[in-house]
Amino acid sequence: MSDVILELKDLHTHFFTDGGEVPAVDGVSFKLHKGEVVGIVGESGCGKSVTSLSIMQLVPNPPGKIVRGEINFKDDNLVNFREKRMKQIRGNEIAMIFQEPMTSLNPVYTIGNQLVEAIRMHRKLSKNEARAKAIEMLQLVGIPRSDEVIDEYPHQLSGGMRQRVMIAMAMSCDPEVLIADEPTTALDVTIQAQILDLMRKLNQEQDTAILLITHDLGVVAEMCDRVVVMYSGQVVEEGTVREILKDPKHPYTKGLIRSLPKIHEKEQKLYSIPGTVAKPTMDATGCRFAPRCEFAFDRCFKENPELYQLANERSSRCFLYDNEERGVEEHVQTDSRG
Amino acid sequence: MLAYTTRRLLIMIPVLFGMTLIVFSIVHLIPGDPARVILGETATEQAIADLRESMGINRPYFVQYGIYLADLAQGDLGTSLRTNKSITSEIGPRIAATFELTIFAMIFAIIIGINAGIISAWRQNSWFDFSAMIFALVGVSMPVFWLALMEQWIFAQELGWLPSSGRQSSLDPIEPITYFFVLDSILHMDFERTISVLKHLILPSVALGTIPMAIIARMTRSTMLEVMKSDYIRTVRAKGSGQFLVIYKHALRNAMIPVLTVIGLQTGVLLGGAILTETIFSWPGIGRYVYEGINYRDYPVIQSGILVIAFIFVIINLIVDLLYAYIDPRVKY
Repeated sequence: MSDVILELKDLHTHFFTDGGEVPAVDGVSFKLHKGEVVGIVGESGCGKSVTSLSIMQLVPNPPGKIVRGEINFKDDNLVNFREKRMKQIRGNEIAMIFQEPMTSLNPVYTIGNQLVEAIRMHRKLSKNEARAKAIEMLQLVGIPRSDEVIDEYPHQLSGGMRQRVMIAMAMSCDPEVLIADEPTTALDVTIQAQILDLMRKLNQEQDTAILLITHDLGVVAEMCDRVVVMYSGQVVEEGTVREILKDPKHPYTKGLIRSLPKIHEKEQKLYSIPGTVAKPTMDATGCRFAPRCEFAFDRCFKENPELYQLANERSSRCFLYDNEERGVEEHVQTDSRG
Repeated sequence: MLAYTTRRLLIMIPVLFGMTLIVFSIVHLIPGDPARVILGETATEQAIADLRESMGINRPYFVQYGIYLADLAQGDLGTSLRTNKSITSEIGPRIAATFELTIFAMIFAIIIGINAGIISAWRQNSWFDFSAMIFALVGVSMPVFWLALMEQWIFAQELGWLPSSGRQSSLDPIEPITYFFVLDSILHMDFERTISVLKHLILPSVALGTIPMAIIARMTRSTMLEVMKSDYIRTVRAKGSGQFLVIYKHALRNAMIPVLTVIGLQTGVLLGGAILTETIFSWPGIGRYVYEGINYRDYPVIQSGILVIAFIFVIINLIVDLLYAYIDPRVKY
């Protein structure tokens, strides 16, 4: 497709720690189209935040480093960019908001100071023009009495308000891609819904593509067009949000969806995937999920499955979808239904 | 800010009051009779009693304290037993001398200390970081008198670049106006003398400023490292800011709060009189004044010296507190 705006190809981001090399992002590939909302889902530690920081080239170095792969943004590979070029991309063409609104704003400067700084970094505006633009952005994200709030300090605002300020800051230079790393995790449910509404509105009105990183499938269902499921540094499944939620292919995704509470069922105990997330290591053999997988067979422990392409632009990293193992899949399908 | 400043100033009143009481008590509770000291061992009981009478030290303590407070309120610190001169007039130039030295020592300590700390944090584990921190460790561990003597030996004795002691060339003393000699020489439009006075300041300032410099450098480094990991620094980077703006605008201001505490304390210590440095460099400062007072059991001098030093500490603390509020808006609430 021609309207791909961001494409990750076989991205490897490793951390070089005293305990050895950790492949936090281990060959991740996916595409983000113009105006699309893509969710990256996975448990804590699966590499979704490191993937997003890699796109911005903000992985703390040392110990982290992109060792291989491409991050194609429009016509350029960001991995090759020097810091000076990346500064022009960050906040201008790709913006980012973070999980912790309470600590993501500098406590010693006013909201206005921080917003104006972001605007004037990339736009040639006078101080007064930038201030007017900042007030306009605050109004856009639904902050009441924005002409007063602009002169207030972060500690004078609530968490939800601070996240709105973060969004206003991120959107102030009309970025083409917005990366939102767990933007609602730290907020309570009503505020969460407001922030998601706001992001959807910006997506529709400004046609900003959003990469939404979350562990909350409810948020995914509400917001996303497509979903990328990550496990232990790898993409394990990809597809449209409808298909993934209704008919998950990979055993891990199946497990995630089964562990959601359902409103009509009165089960005493909620399902949980046995075991814990495997820590990514350099010498891992076999499927990363195999030790926790109820369908695992011999081959799963010996080789790492590739990402098998399925119909409708779906893919799944599981031998069950390898043509040679087709027979097994039939077995699993009936098995899981029963 | 106004309410905060007022509140902070009101708190000073009981502190200053308590201070006078403590200073008065300490001096009067330590053993040793000043009258006996002044007149010597051969004096008669009658002579001692007469002197006690004329000094007022035979009266009850609370009466003495009342008189003391009344004098203080008029800016009268009493009379030195040794020189028989007014302490207020003697102590003024001493304070100026100590202030001048402290200002230069702290400028040296702050500029080098903060920048070394920043660069060390910025380039953590680099050769610069490594050598700066070893230097800082040596700096805090080195005895001041040893450093001062080494400086004199190398730069005054062997190389002859700088004068080894005093505030100015003794052959041609300055006509004092403010007793801050750098300022005085500028006011006299005598710039040759300004250079000479500055030269006299270099060695004692470095000797005195080394320990504060090392402490400030280590403190700045550790708080900068802490701050650089924080979420808001990541936000600033995600906005597209360069490293310079990240460090000098966003990180430094947050890192300054604990560093400021250290700067305040160290300034207070230096102003309180650096007896060793002042003695080695023949610097006529407040530290040496009090030290001489102690040697001669010159009660009024000791009392006034301690009071002045304590007062300076209170003022420094006030300034630091006001700076906190300026740097971090959360402090005011």
